[in-house]
Amino acid sequence: MNARRNAWLVNGALALCAALVLFPLFWMLSVSFMQPGEADNLPPPMLPLHPTLDNYRELFAHAGMGRYFANSLIISTAITLLSLVCNTLAGYAFAKLRFAGREKLFGTLIGALVIPAQVAMLPLFLLLKYVGLINTYGAVILPAMASVFGIFLVRQYARGLPGELLEAARVDGAGELRIFVQIVLPLLKPILVTLAVFTFLTAWNDFMWPLIALTGQQHYTLPVGLASLSREHVQDSGLMMAGAVVTVIPVLVLFLALQRYYLRGLLLGSVKG
Amino acid sequence: MARLRLDKVRKVYDNGKVAVADASFTVADGELLVLVGPSGCGKSTLLRAVAGLETISSGTIEIDDRAVNDLAPRERDIAMVFQNYALYPHMTVAENLAFGLKLRGLPRVDIEQRVADAARMLGLDELLDARPRRLSGGQRQRVALGRALVREPKVFLLDEPLSNLDAKLRVATRVEIARLHQRLRATMIYVTHDQVEAMTLGQRIVVLNDGEIQQVDTPMNLYERPANLFVAGFLGSPAMNFFRGRMRDGADALAMDGASLPLAGARAAGPPLQAIHGRDIVLGLRPEHLQLAHADARHATFDAVLEVIEPIGNEVFLNLRFGGIALVARVPPQELPVPGTALRLQFDPAHLHVFDAADGRRIT
Repeated sequence: MNARRNAWLVNGALALCAALVLFPLFWMLSVSFMQPGEADNLPPPMLPLHPTLDNYRELFAHAGMGRYFANSLIISTAITLLSLVCNTLAGYAFAKLRFAGREKLFGTLIGALVIPAQVAMLPLFLLLKYVGLINTYGAVILPAMASVFGIFLVRQYARGLPGELLEAARVDGAGELRIFVQIVLPLLKPILVTLAVFTFLTAWNDFMWPLIALTGQQHYTLPVGLASLSREHVQDSGLMMAGAVVTVIPVLVLFLALQRYYLRGLLLGSVKG
Repeated sequence: MARLRLDKVRKVYDNGKVAVADASFTVADGELLVLVGPSGCGKSTLLRAVAGLETISSGTIEIDDRAVNDLAPRERDIAMVFQNYALYPHMTVAENLAFGLKLRGLPRVDIEQRVADAARMLGLDELLDARPRRLSGGQRQRVALGRALVREPKVFLLDEPLSNLDAKLRVATRVEIARLHQRLRATMIYVTHDQVEAMTLGQRIVVLNDGEIQQVDTPMNLYERPANLFVAGFLGSPAMNFFRGRMRDGADALAMDGASLPLAGARAAGPPLQAIHGRDIVLGLRPEHLQLAHADARHATFDAVLEVIEPIGNEVFLNLRFGGIALVARVPPQELPVPGTALRLQFDPAHLHVFDAADGRRIT
């Protein structure tokens, strides 16, 4: 009897937490279908009285959301692909290849984690301005091409690969590049999926750096575009929530679709396989 | 197949540790040579150096009279079987077997033929589409062997290939490897820490300790004429019995700490002991050369206390105490007194091994 009551208590508490977390998302979705001004009533309505797609039409017809969406997609995809290549190569090298100064170099990289990203923003901006990349996709993509976190993640996973596997391939006649492509990459798949999802989410949601580096509206990403909506249409909650839905839905779908791999990657090494 | 020659091969790690000290030996064409020694003795390092997976500090490694020191593993035309099999987990058995052949650009027909031949030889026909995680330890081991076989390399290197198998499977696979070698007549170097594997498989054995070669010889010569105390104690199970002491003048007994081993009768049949009187020596005696004394035995007998009896079926190991030392005798199954009883033992002086107590070398 006690066990049954405990189960009810635990499940009830979990359901309550889930409701608290999901409520803002639900309301965002609900408001995005409301008539202009309907959400500003007090108390705010839960569901739209007369559901409409006007906010979405307005968003794509006049607020330039289509362009922002495309920009976000281009930038996030490019960052994900390029950083996967760079982080995987570097992480594998740090884990498995012997070269002079390997540990010192890695220690320095890890040490760089303590420097707040904001500190690097001004010098980075000036550097990119100097090479003429400000207000181009390159200004956002280039600095994100490799990350210490990504290198660390791949390195930790790659260290778990048996050295004999690589040696067997060397004896079998494979060169280093082939070993990387045909032996290492397939075995790194779980961590690559994790890293890809993580990088894509971070790039998609990034607000600060695109805001600094992209000065022209034609290059705005979704979060920056969304912020610009709030400045111009401060009263129009419906339009803003529709923008938020457009921003959130793709990454939510991506996360849910790859959740299995993503979580597996994060948990790797924590339990004996 | 090929001849392999090592000349003063030395491997010193960055921290100054000498892993292999001036190793020199030759593996004849078609020979199965075993490197044996305790953990950390440098045998695997030596094998990896031959494979090209480890650089050497000095010396020369030659395959078919061609120095391969500076060649990458793939240029040495060797194949290696690893202790943990090192199968590519994302490939099927067939893909594992074919990987090295594809890299060498062999025509597809040839690859398929060789994979099929190896699979048949090793009983892997039914498993060609399986991935390694579905296989048992023994099957994985056979795939690892197969991966080396299909390559038809000049030299096979096997690094403790049986150590991850259970005892029964180990014996079966050992026989399989011996059969394989007989059929292929391939040049092989086999590394193991298991002296039974070394004795049963090796045509010749290299015994290593602390990075130094102790002796290179055939299994029987190693057993019957070990070059030093290490080899004498390492090969043979149960291990050789050692009696440390000083040869008394007249060579009629070995004066030990708290006991005396009578050797009067040994002078005629055994090694020439008179020449070493007054010296500190170690006498070695295999357990099978120590027997319960016959009633009429007069020479080379002594009393020891029976401590533990270990019957293993076809023979019995008697663990005894003589003075301060523990001895083992290997005797036929028979009625035995209870532990704690003193037994009269006799030994065959012809089988005494004499070592110098100072440096451990064989004297005679």
